[in-house]
Amino acid sequence: MKKFMFVNRKAPHGTVYALEALEVVLITAAFDQDVSLVFVDDGVYQLKKQQLTKGIETKNFSPTYRALDGYDVEKLYVERESMQARGLSEDDLLVDVTVLGAAEMAALMREQDVVLSF
Amino acid sequence: MLNIVNKSPLERNTLDSCLRLMTAGGAGEDAVLLIEDAVYAATRGNAAAAKLTEAMGRCKVYALMPDLEARGVADRVIDGVHAVDYGGFVDLVAAHPNNQSWL
Repeated sequence: MKKFMFVNRKAPHGTVYALEALEVVLITAAFDQDVSLVFVDDGVYQLKKQQLTKGIETKNFSPTYRALDGYDVEKLYVERESMQARGLSEDDLLVDVTVLGAAEMAALMREQDVVLSF
Repeated sequence: MLNIVNKSPLERNTLDSCLRLMTAGGAGEDAVLLIEDAVYAATRGNAAAAKLTEAMGRCKVYALMPDLEARGVADRVIDGVHAVDYGGFVDLVAAHPNNQSWL
């Protein structure tokens, strides 16, 4: 088993990166790998509560983050500095996460076998 | 001039460039419309919100409501920003002699 990390740095709806990352995460989980998800920069917006995409007529994939638990993807990390720059707190997020400072995040990245960035 | 911005202020510098280059015309002549990922700039606590507040002295600032709702930030819009729907978007385009999309 390898340690896979997915680094999410893009806001959820302006580009397709966030949705594509989710697809790859679910595939990787199906192969019984050790999966971590990281949300930094605008990536923290992916986890914002109350996303309602009816008005922009796109798929609302935000509930999928709540289902990751069912695929044994339980390691979700958010960088504290990224949340602060966006006025967000843990209460604004739709799943339970571990909040890490930049230094701790860097250490976690160093431990990985494979890092994929979206 | 209606200035349309669609990129997150914390990922790209389009909003900065727009605000810097926007000519300070007469009252009501210049406007900024935030759409797609640019709407984050108009939310409380975002690092770019202060720049937007400062710009309100020179122009009107609008944000597209369906994009705010999609991102879960419709209830966090800063004071002075006017939310518009798609019909309002069309009205803004029609009301200004020209427009610029900052890509």
